[in-house]
Parts: sequence; structure tokens; C-alpha cells
Amino acid sequence: MSILLPETISEACHLLATHHGAIPVAGGTDLFVHWPQKIEDRGKTFLDLSGIEELKGHRWTGDELILGALSTFWDIIKDLRAQIELPLLLGAARQVGAIQIQTRGTWAGNIMNASPAADGVAVLMAYDAVVRLQSQAGTEEIPLSEFYLGYKAMRRDPGQVLTEIRVPRRGYDFQMFEKVGARAAQAITKVGVAVTRRGEEWRVVANSVAPTVCRCPTLESFLATGQPVRGPHDLVVPLRDDVAPIDDIRSTARYRETVLARLLYFGLRDECPCFA
Amino acid sequence: MGALVVGAGWGMKTLSARRLVGRHMRPHLSAQQSATGRSGLGRPYVYCRAVPGDTHCKNQAIPFRTEAGGRVKRVEGLSKLTGRERFVDDLPMDGALWGGTVRSPAPRGRIREVRFGAGVNWSEFVIVDHRDIPGLNAVLLIENDQPVLASTQVRHLHEPVVLLAHPSRHEIRRALQQIEIVVDPEAPVLDFRETPSPDQIQYGTDNVLKHLRTEKGEVERVLADAPIVVEGVYETGSQEHLYLETQGMVAWMEEGVITVSGSMQCPYYVLDALRCALGREANLIRVIQAATGGGFGGKEEYPSGLAIHAALLAMKAGQAVKLVYDRVEDMAVTTKRHPSQVKHRTGLDRHGHLIAQDVEILMDGGAYVTLSPVVLSRGLIHAAGPYHCENVRIDGRAMLTNSPPFGAFRGFGAPQTQFAVERHMDRIATELQIDPVELRRRNLIRDGQTTATGQVIEDGVDRVALMDQALEMSGYRVRQRENAEFNRSNLGRQRGIGLATFFHGAGFTGAGEVHLGSVVHVAGLPDGRVEIRASNVEMGQGALTVFTQIAADRLGYPPSQVLVAPADTHRVPDSGPTVASRTAMIVGHLVEEACDDLRRRLGVDGDCEAKGLSQAIGSWHEANHEGGLLGEARYKEPPHIHWDEDTYRGDAYGAFGWGTYIADVEVDLRTFVTTVRDFVATQEVGRVLNDVLASGQIQGGVVQALGWALMEECKWRDGAMDNSQLTNYVIPTSCDVPPIRVDFQEVPYPHGAQGAKGIGELPFDGVAPAVANAIAEAVGCDPCEIPLTPERLMDLMGER
Amino acid sequence: MEISFTLNGERVVVTVDPSDRLLDTLRESLGLKGTKEGCGEGECGACTVIFDGLPVNSCLIPTYQSRGHVVETIESVSPDELTALHSSGATQCGACSPGVVMTALWVRRNPELLSTHNLREVMAGNLCRCTGYDGIIDGLKGWLDEDGGRRGGGPAAETETRRVSP
Repeated sequence: MSILLPETISEACHLLATHHGAIPVAGGTDLFVHWPQKIEDRGKTFLDLSGIEELKGHRWTGDELILGALSTFWDIIKDLRAQIELPLLLGAARQVGAIQIQTRGTWAGNIMNASPAADGVAVLMAYDAVVRLQSQAGTEEIPLSEFYLGYKAMRRDPGQVLTEIRVPRRGYDFQMFEKVGARAAQAITKVGVAVTRRGEEWRVVANSVAPTVCRCPTLESFLATGQPVRGPHDLVVPLRDDVAPIDDIRSTARYRETVLARLLYFGLRDECPCFA
Repeated sequence: MGALVVGAGWGMKTLSARRLVGRHMRPHLSAQQSATGRSGLGRPYVYCRAVPGDTHCKNQAIPFRTEAGGRVKRVEGLSKLTGRERFVDDLPMDGALWGGTVRSPAPRGRIREVRFGAGVNWSEFVIVDHRDIPGLNAVLLIENDQPVLASTQVRHLHEPVVLLAHPSRHEIRRALQQIEIVVDPEAPVLDFRETPSPDQIQYGTDNVLKHLRTEKGEVERVLADAPIVVEGVYETGSQEHLYLETQGMVAWMEEGVITVSGSMQCPYYVLDALRCALGREANLIRVIQAATGGGFGGKEEYPSGLAIHAALLAMKAGQAVKLVYDRVEDMAVTTKRHPSQVKHRTGLDRHGHLIAQDVEILMDGGAYVTLSPVVLSRGLIHAAGPYHCENVRIDGRAMLTNSPPFGAFRGFGAPQTQFAVERHMDRIATELQIDPVELRRRNLIRDGQTTATGQVIEDGVDRVALMDQALEMSGYRVRQRENAEFNRSNLGRQRGIGLATFFHGAGFTGAGEVHLGSVVHVAGLPDGRVEIRASNVEMGQGALTVFTQIAADRLGYPPSQVLVAPADTHRVPDSGPTVASRTAMIVGHLVEEACDDLRRRLGVDGDCEAKGLSQAIGSWHEANHEGGLLGEARYKEPPHIHWDEDTYRGDAYGAFGWGTYIADVEVDLRTFVTTVRDFVATQEVGRVLNDVLASGQIQGGVVQALGWALMEECKWRDGAMDNSQLTNYVIPTSCDVPPIRVDFQEVPYPHGAQGAKGIGELPFDGVAPAVANAIAEAVGCDPCEIPLTPERLMDLMGER
Repeated sequence: MEISFTLNGERVVVTVDPSDRLLDTLRESLGLKGTKEGCGEGECGACTVIFDGLPVNSCLIPTYQSRGHVVETIESVSPDELTALHSSGATQCGACSPGVVMTALWVRRNPELLSTHNLREVMAGNLCRCTGYDGIIDGLKGWLDEDGGRRGGGPAAETETRRVSP
């Protein structure tokens, strides 16, 4: 294994340009799982971001929360303002792994690991977060909801490094995040959902029911039109356009679909007058 | 009733007083009862703890003489908390090679070839296969059918075939990927419930690894005439022990003696297995237990094979070899709890009395016999539950499948069969429209009645009172009302409370302890201290502390003057394995007797205080420069035990522990996730030797069993565990369980140390049925299968 | 590569391979065997150390990332501090214990955590298979109470736990 240790973003971009395919590392909480057994990975080149001061922490501007690429879940858990303004971030952060993971794991790493189960991605997407990528060619901003192309596939050029995540600051009429794991704490999400509403504008983002964390546009417009919902099953039909859950080692397609609909039904029942 | 007033220091007036902060002492039998000679256990006594100012205790049995008594803190506790305890992976092994295991890629087949890949310099490696085994190619156990290393055929995925050693652990990992075992596949058996086809037969004529049956009365006739017959089929899943320290062993040669050290429960099992496979005399083998990070049965039989592997590598290498599994390997390849299917057919009279129980047990034994016969046996003996019934037939079979062998795991078959009977009791209650508590009240075994094997229970334990205590502690009736109210007003969540009454035999079954013939030594050291020498190990359960405490109490020594020798076969006699809830009760009792023998050898009577005894030991050493001063005790069967191995009838155990567990649960109807809101664990385990250790055993056992009941599920691929990672096989975290409220009642057992009975396994038995019964009440379903994962519960409840 | 960091209050210099995990460097190169490996995947918490004042799983940290940082391991903890955990039955087999103690130590240093987290949540990253967690939670509560006693006001702690022993 070889490791590149840049101290600035531009140095990182330069190294990525010269070491094609180098893998960026932030907290390492995904990359180093079962590390001794990852014989092949140990032959690769890694670009360690942990020494880049510019990427650390998060900051609030007038209209945005900006999460640096090294901003951790713990940074947000400790930030009272995040608790008040963007509570879903807190809700997700506290349910990622346990504290030992929250202190090292980063929001950017959660995005770049591209797991369909990523809790952080779901809530960021529900808040219309945008990722900012930088390379020697310049910078690019992509809405998180458009960032994933398929399972573990992203709109990121190998020369690009994710430098920050921008989350708009604005009021919401409704927001919820529900995560179902195999146990009460420290669990990988079997099915999860983040929902926000501003006026008639809904965001519904689902975890672990598709190859990527995904927006549910059909359901969003279904909710916006205010059609009557007599029970969870009425949400299954629009959801089937949006998600494609599978059976795997952690759960079943049937469970995922059923519970996603039930989480939404019970979560929105008091919010939507059209729900029975 | 006389002699009812005990320790005022405990704030308790009489034994009918309700609460004693979790501990209840009961008279064994009343004076009047005992005068009639009903007890089979010798003259009963009223126990009470000696407390300052206690003048009420007329018939005091074995007082704790040390002030510390039940409050001796775990002797190795600080060493563990500060990380100074040395587990096998922590042993200084400079220059040792790392070992690795090449395993079968198929569940069953003939080995055609072992291919060594071109990308590795194999001359750097020590390579061992079956041809390097000097003795019998078998891991010695009940039958010698499990090879140390597969030679011509494989019977399960991950079966060891070739061993490697190399100075670099990384190179071992790399090399393991470069060896291919080519197997011509044969038809595997992957479901123990299905009748095998002829080409799947691999053991006997029917793949039945063991068939057992016990019968009393006339089951068929009574069932035919019974006014009510209730049937049910119940299934339990496997479970990984998930001791926090993985399996590991180091081996080296030392002056002609092959020495192994590692994580284990039974040093003499390991010694015997090495003797057999290496074809060596026992005195040329030495087994030393290293600190053992949890066992739960998982380090009962499995370490024997691992030790042989390490020894073979070390002998061929001429160097020390360290073989430590990482978590993924450990979970994939080691033993697990036997999956089971239990069928009940039960006859009842119109008042809800059990009049006939017909039980059929099927267990998945895995690919080799290993311990399945005895797991089946214990499951069978407990299968009818702690109830009285005149007509009982229990038939059990352990089946071969092409899975890694299932093995010892806390409870040893009894949790499986008692899940079935306790769920079945609630099903009966529903069918008869009787309150589940009332049904149990009518059927719980009373003194003078018999178990399924015909064992007369006469231990003075009031099992109904034990249940009542649990009901009171849990606020059962109030909770029932509150839950009903809650359920009416909450659509998204439903609550229920459920109970289980159960029992667990302590020690080896039947004549097992006689066959073991355990020996314990207590040595008097020149400085006047004593050293306990026993092969039973500390693995977290508190053996070191309890042994220390027992000897200190017996000798009147402060605990600091009592040492416990390392479990090293060159230093300690064979006091049997650390299994079957036998260590405190049986081996602890031998410690007491060895202490007495030490006094006897010194000619010092029982009134001699610590100082006198210590001086006597010192004087003995001054007078005798040769040899050691040893008190010895050898197991003698208590007179009341009569067991017939052929008919499987008689006194299965010297003593049973008894329990009533109550779970209060909430099911989230959005997610079908069950949360245990409250758990009350009430049990009678004889004398409680150490409050903190004993409640820790109960709480830990309950939580481990909560995992089995609700969330722990092995996913299988080709017969082996596929989800062998901690992310995918989840055990409870601190957030998944409520505080476990523990309560003891105490009726001393005269043949156990200070009146103790076994405690380690009992807590496992009552948890899953209590939880499942609570879920049944909460959501009105009839769960017959665990784990009750949300997925399974959703399917059970159907769409609502 | 040669790196240096502060380990238990002292600066250490160690030569590591970029692929070395902090856990292995501590145990193998520096001989500090107190930190245990339970799973190698950041689930069990047996390898918990305190890194720049925060608990982390040392099995997931490449050692080079600790260059210039401050690491504390179980070897820095004195047995004298652990009476409450010892008395409550917080350890049984001992394999999870060093990690449990490091997390508990962090909580004790940061009692303000308990205004947002309960004890069971902060300990959720340390799996224990022996105690059922009651011994650990009670021990931590007792440890915090020691401080509370000195400061004249105990921190928020779990109230529902009931002990068995009088």
C-alpha cells in the first residue's frame, strides 16, 4: 500500500492527477473494515485527506451549512444549531454506528462510500444538499440527488476530490427521519426514510431499497396531489415506481417494501389530512 | 412452622416477608415435614447467613466465616479492567510462526487434489496435512469420527484440510488464497428436518447420530381418551456464541514436551485429544489455559481440534506456532447452538391438568457426532418442562447434516426444548381459555412428584411461590391491565407481558459425574497460604473468585491467603471440564472437601482458626522437606442418585435450579420490531455464593438469550454461516435491553459447595419463551419459531 | 515511514508501514497488549482508544493518521480509579473490558454528554457478551457518582437500574 499525504486541497488535486485511481481516505471507518483480510486493497494507492486543514469542520453562512470533507458526524452531534435547524442531520448522525464511529466517520465519506444504506446521505438528500468536487480542472457542484448513477457508481471523475457539502438553510413545514436496523443501536439500515416538506414541495428519500440511496419522485408527487390514503398499502403502489428492494443477508424485499410504506404512513398520518 | 425468623440484619422478619432486595432464603422443609423423613437429600436445614447480632438462627448450616463472604470482588477483576490480563493473542511469542487453515470449499465431496498456486514461494511455509498426524486422525470425543484434517473426503464447508505456518501473518493470509482444494461434490444434507435420500446417507443407515427415548406411564392410551389434546410444532434457530475473544492456541516444544496454551474451557479434553492424535504419552503433553475471553460452551470441544492443529504445525516447524482465528473465520467455522424442531401432543383434563405429554425432538447435529448425543440428552430430559405429568414419552433424534458440527452452548439443548414446551403451555392456555399463570400453577411440579424421567423431586423448593414472586416483582397483573389499556389507545404499538417457568439440571447427567471422577487438590504452601488446584477454568463466570471464597470460608482464611493454581495440566489434577453448570456446585464442593482433607492430614480440627492452620502448614513444611502438602478430594456420588442409562429413567441430575421469567414487551407495528421493556428473572439456585457474580451470570445469560429470541440469526450458505461478520450477525447492545431485574430464592443443596447449585445455564432457558409469550399476548399471534426477527413477525402477523 | 505521536502522555516515534492499523502498532510494535481486537470491523469496541480526546476504534485507523495526534490507551488507566466498575461486576471474561473502560473514562471526563445521551447510548459501541450490560452501566454510574459526590451534584444517570445486592 502506498499513501499520499497532501496538506492542501490543490496538492491533493495534483496528486490525484498524477496518481490515477488513488483512493481518497477521510476517517477510514468504511475503508479499513476487515483491513487485514483485504489483501488486494493493500496493493493500492490511497490519498489521505486527514492532514488538510481546509477540509476540517463545518461552518454556517447566511444561507448554508457547509460541511468540510473531514467534518464528522460527531461535529454535528455537538452543534446545537444543527439540532435546531437541521434536526435530521442530528437524527442520522446519532444512529450511524456508535460513538466510536461517529467521532471518525465523515459526511463526505458516507457519500463517497456510496452504500445504499447510508443514513447521512438520506438526510442530506432530503435537505437538497449539493456536493462540491474539485480537481485540477476546476470545481463542480452536483446536487446529491443526482450524484449516484448506480450501485457504488458516482458522478465523480477519478481526478476529483469531494471538498465540501453545502446544505441550504431554510425552514421546513415537516421533516422526519426513520431508520430500521437489526437492533436499536449500531446497526446497518435495513430500511430507512427521510422526508421533508416545504409548502407543497416534498422530498422523500429512501435507504436500502434500491442500488443507491434514492429520491422517490413518484411518491413525492403523489403526496403533493393530496390523494386519499386509506392505509400503508396505498403508498406501496407509488413507491414501487421509485424503489426496488431486494432480499439480501440483512432483510427481505417484502419486509423493506412493507415497512417503508408503514413508516411513511404512520409518520405522515398526522401531517396529511388526506391520510385515513 | 418453626425457625422462620432469619437475619434481622437483612431487614427481614420472617420468611413470608415479601422482598429481600432480590434474595430470599427459604426453609428447606419445615421441621415437621423433615421429621417424616420425606426428604431424599438428608436432613434438611434452615439456612441463614451469619450476620452480626443475629440470634434467631437456631439451625445454622454453613455460615460464611469470612467477613467478605458473598462480597468478595472478582479476584482478577482489576487485571481485566486494566487490560493486563493476558489472552492467547497477548502472550509474548517472539519468533513464533503464524498458523493458518486451508478449508473445504464444498459441503460434501471427495478430495481430488490440493493445488498450490504459482504465486507463492511455498518453501518458506510449513505445510501440514493428514499424513503428518502421528496418531489417530480424529478429534477425540464421544465417537472418533471427526478428522483432525480431512484426508479423502469432506463433510462440511470450511472443514480443515491443510495447515500452514509462516513468520508473517500477512503472508499466511495471502497464501491461503493461493491454495485450491479440488473436490468432487457429493449430495449434501442441508435440512435436518428432511428425510435423507439414499445418496445422502453418511452415518449408519439413516443419518441419525443419536436416538434417545424416555417413557413413563401409558402415553398413547391416555392421549386416546383425553378430553382435550393440544398439538404444536416449535422451531429454534442456531446461535453463535460470540465470545468476545476469538478462538486461539499457541504450541511449542519444551524439553520434549509438546506444550499448548490457549483459550479453552476443558484443559483435560485438550490433553486427551492431543494424546490420541499425536500418539504421545500424556506426560509428554502439557496444556495450559490462557485467560479465556468468554466460552459459553464454544470453547468446550472446539479447542481440542485447534490445539492439535497448532501442535502439528509446531512439531513440524520445530518452532512455536500461533494459531488465532480472526472474527470472520471464527464465526464461519466454529460450533454453534443446535437448531431444533420439537413437536408436542399433550393431553389435558378439563381442569387443565397435564395427563399425557408426547414430545418428539429433532436436532441438527451437523457433520460429525461430536457432542450431539449429550446435547440431545439434556434437551430430552428437560423437554416436558418443570411440570408433573404421569404419562410422558419423549423421543429425540440428532440428525447428521453437512454443516460444521453444532456444539455445546449454554443450556445444552434445554433452551430449545423448553422454548417449545413453554410456548406450548401458552397455546394450551389459549385453547382452554385458562390464564397461563393458572395453568402453570396447576401443573408445576410439587415436592414428592416426578419429572419426565421419573426422578422424585424433593428439594424443598416451592416452585409456585417462586412464580408468585416473579409475578409480584413484575407487577404482572397491573401490567396486564395497563397494557390492555395502552393497546386500546395506540394503533401503532402493542404491548404484552408473558412468562415462562422452567428448570435446569446442574452437573453432568446421570452417572456422568461418576465417570468423570473429578479430583481437586488444595495444597498447603510453605508460607502458610493454600493453593487450590483444579482444572476448571476462569472464563468470565467467576470460577477463580468462587473457588477462592469457598476455600477461604472453609479454612477461615482471608481470601488473600488463598491462591488458585493456573489451569495447567502439569500442575492441576483433572477435576473435569468447565461445563454443565458444575464448577461452583460440584467442583466447589470438592474444594471444600479437599480443604477438610488438608486439615485432617495436619491433624488440625475444624475449630482451629486461620493463624493456627497457617502455622500448622508452615510447621509441616519445616518437618517435611520432601514432597508437597496436599489435601485431596475425589468425587463421590451422593447416595440419592440412581440413573438407568438404558431406559433413560431415574435421577437425571443431583439437583435442578428453577426459574420463572417474565418479559414485558412492546411491538412496533410500523416495523414489527420488538422492544423488551422490562425483564424479571426470578430463580432458585441453592445458595447464592456471590451476589455480584451470580446476578451477573443471570443478567448476562438473559441478554444472550434475548439475542437468540429476537435478533440473532445465522444465515446459511452450503450449510455454513454466511453472515459471519459482526455487522451482519448482530447481538444485543446496551441499548437493546432493559435492566434485567434479578431475584434469587435460596434453598441450599446439601451436596453443593456451601449449598450452591449450578447457575450458569439456567438463565438461558426461560428467556425466549417468556418473550415469545409476551409477543403473542401483545399482537394476538402464535409464534412457534425463533428468532422472532421483525421479518418473521411480519410474516406471522400477515398484512394488517 | 517514521511517525511520532503522543501516547499516554509521552512522545513516541515508531516506524510503520502505511497499511498498519493503529491497533496493531499499539499491540505489536509498541507492546501495549491491553487494547484488544474483537472483530476488526469497528463493531465491538474492544479496541477503543481515546484519540484527541474522543473514543475511536483503533482497528479502523491507519497508524499514520495518528502522526502528531494524542492517543490514550488502557495502559494509562490506574486500577485505583476502577473501584466502582470492579464492584459492580462490570467485567466478566475481560475481553471487552479495556474498551469499555476507555469509553467509560471518556464519559467520566465529559459528563455534559449525559444531558443529551443516556448511559446506554454512550456505551452502545462496546459489545459485551457476558454481563448483559447491567454491571457495566451500574459501574459507570457509580464512577460518575464518585465525581458527583465530590462536586456536590451527581450527573444525570440511568434511574431505572436496580441492584440485586443489598
